[in-house]
Amino acid sequence: MELWYTEQHTDDVRFSIKVNKHLYSAQSEFQRIDIFEAVEFGKFLTLDGLMMVTEKDEFIYHDMITHVPMAVNPNIKKVLVIGAGDGGTVRELTRYASIQQIDMVEIDKMVVDVCREHLPQTAGKLDDPRVNHYFEDGLRFVRFQKDAYDLIIVDSTDPFGPGEGLFTKEFYGNCFNALKEDGILVNQHESPYYSAYAKAMKRAHQRIKEFFPVCRVYQAHIPTYPSGHWLFGFASKKYDPLQDFNAAAWDALGIETGYYNTELHIGCFAIPNYVKELLNGEDE
Amino acid sequence: MKKYTQQNAPIHEALLRHKANRVVPFDVPGHKGGRGNKELTDFLGESCLKVDVNSMKPLDNLCHPVSVIRAAEELTAEAFGAAAAYFIVNGTTAAVQAMIMSSCKAGEKIIMPRNVHRSAINALVVCGAVPVYVNPGVNTQLGIPLGMSLADVEKAILAHPDAKAILVNNPTYYGICSDMASIVELAHRNHMLVLADEAHGTHFYFGEDMPMAAMKAGADMAAVSMHKTGGSLTQSSLLLCGPAISSSYVRQVINLTQTTSGSYLLMVSLDIARKNLYQNGKELVRKTVGFAEYARTEINKLGGYYAFSRELKNGDTVFDFDTTKLSVHTLDIGLAGIEVYDLLRDEYGIQIEFGDIGNFLAIISAGDRTLELERLISALSEIKRRYAKDKTGMFDHEYINPEVVLTPQHAFYSKNHPVAIEDSQGEISGEFVMAYPPGIPILAPGERITKEIISYIAYAKSKGCFLTGTQDLNIEKINVVEGI
Repeated sequence: MELWYTEQHTDDVRFSIKVNKHLYSAQSEFQRIDIFEAVEFGKFLTLDGLMMVTEKDEFIYHDMITHVPMAVNPNIKKVLVIGAGDGGTVRELTRYASIQQIDMVEIDKMVVDVCREHLPQTAGKLDDPRVNHYFEDGLRFVRFQKDAYDLIIVDSTDPFGPGEGLFTKEFYGNCFNALKEDGILVNQHESPYYSAYAKAMKRAHQRIKEFFPVCRVYQAHIPTYPSGHWLFGFASKKYDPLQDFNAAAWDALGIETGYYNTELHIGCFAIPNYVKELLNGEDE
Repeated sequence: MKKYTQQNAPIHEALLRHKANRVVPFDVPGHKGGRGNKELTDFLGESCLKVDVNSMKPLDNLCHPVSVIRAAEELTAEAFGAAAAYFIVNGTTAAVQAMIMSSCKAGEKIIMPRNVHRSAINALVVCGAVPVYVNPGVNTQLGIPLGMSLADVEKAILAHPDAKAILVNNPTYYGICSDMASIVELAHRNHMLVLADEAHGTHFYFGEDMPMAAMKAGADMAAVSMHKTGGSLTQSSLLLCGPAISSSYVRQVINLTQTTSGSYLLMVSLDIARKNLYQNGKELVRKTVGFAEYARTEINKLGGYYAFSRELKNGDTVFDFDTTKLSVHTLDIGLAGIEVYDLLRDEYGIQIEFGDIGNFLAIISAGDRTLELERLISALSEIKRRYAKDKTGMFDHEYINPEVVLTPQHAFYSKNHPVAIEDSQGEISGEFVMAYPPGIPILAPGERITKEIISYIAYAKSKGCFLTGTQDLNIEKINVVEGI
């Protein structure tokens, strides 16, 4: 018998992982949640059949969504994390002693509960005393915040499900309002490669650009995401991710990472021409 | 005839049988189940085109229903607590016109509030009945027309004891209800019929704790827009009648203007929507009210906006309020309702029902999801943050008392000529001017054009209201009646 997890990356492209065991499956109020165990990728979480994290490659995503902004502004003390139910983003943030408060807003408590049970590798720091949990819609939470955070990390699903509201103009505007005058917004920014993802990526970039004077994207290679080529957005009211980057200061923290380093910090903002064209192109 | 219950949908079942029988079509429509128009079939789907069929014996005939359409109409009457029900496929406009035309003849009077939908005044143009307007109450803070006060209705009845009927909005577009039961009692005592425009009131018949539905209040006829809040397809509607109405005569009046090619897509949507409302209506309305109440609470927390509700009730001109309606006053952030409406669509990709001078209305239904409500609320929060202005200089009222000089029919059919709207002061209008939606006329045929009306039209245009009604599509000229 062979058991394979298959994700439809486009109508005509599929990506499959051989599975040992299907460990968990349930339908929450918002989405279908599954945990599988595979030889190649270890345990992995999918939501509505789409890959979220695997034990083997999650470090890439979580390094890049946290250490890039932290290396630009080492004085970040108060962080809002939206989504991120697997806990990996919070785990990386808790490695900074300088951070005083992490507010994590995840719409689906069941995702967090399932990850605590099956994915301790990412969920292991969710009980850090600096972490406050809010189980509600991120769009709603941020509406009530003003001038409150140094950093907002949007670690969401794709904009084709419960995460839809986190790719909207109203959300980015509310984030702008919720950030302090030197605040940074980092978001999971989809992929430039396949057209459905590229459209979402382009729209997100154009909407963020309307509010933030600094608006850049950076990239990483994530083997289990569609096309493997994934982008993150870096938007800020003040800091430029390269000019205001202090490599020596970050290196001095002595944080050990599997993917991120200060050379890569500079390199990841160098993006391919076709992506530049997409980002600068007119909206359809 | 076969015995049906509310668990049945007779037209739906007949169409399924028709499909299963693979009847060979040598009748209209010429697309023949979609095969003759591939692009349309690809777009709408074969299952839809296959049941776009013509009247035939097993499927009955809308103009003269004797089998499945009749059964579906009888089930509908039962579900709505009416003596009779008619399926209408020309929009609620046709239902409103059928009500008026079957109760008044040329020269006979009908009492109505002036904030009626244009379809009611159109009916007067067609049949020649004479309107007696009751000025609706006005909420000066919100600038909106309300329901009719019972005392004003009584005054109109005493002044026009020969009137044949009274038309009542139940509710208005904003969700405001008059005291339907008392108006019915008063009208019947004076031998007048009560006609209800329930274009926005379908859910009153099925939800708990809703304003009183017209049939329950004893009204004689009601035009019910199933497609607006009842879940049927756009343009499908119902006409309901009470026991005092001759239903065969009403059918004759409907057939004066209704198509003889009634769409089975529209009719089956009414049939299935009725079944759904009967079985699940209570729960659907409960869910809708829950969404609307949540949105109101959150919008009122934003400050500057006022999402109004039952607190407006005053026992008279706001006898009741439909809590499924999300009506929001915007003038305190210095923006007209229509400006918020435009910003929501152009900047945030959110389409709401209408915006006028001081308010906007979002339609809430059980088909909504919390995530979309959050988007609407957050977008309103952003509009306030980014666009709020000082509110001085904002026009603040929606309702201007009309001076009726001629009947709508007389004015419409008189010799008339176009003049520039700004030069038309003192003339008598030969046509309508209205913002659409909501479709309540600013001017109706036969009314005096005043300076106030001209400046209102100019203001509505400057704020981006979508004005309609005049022959001149640019709404720069208006036809005025000659020789008066």
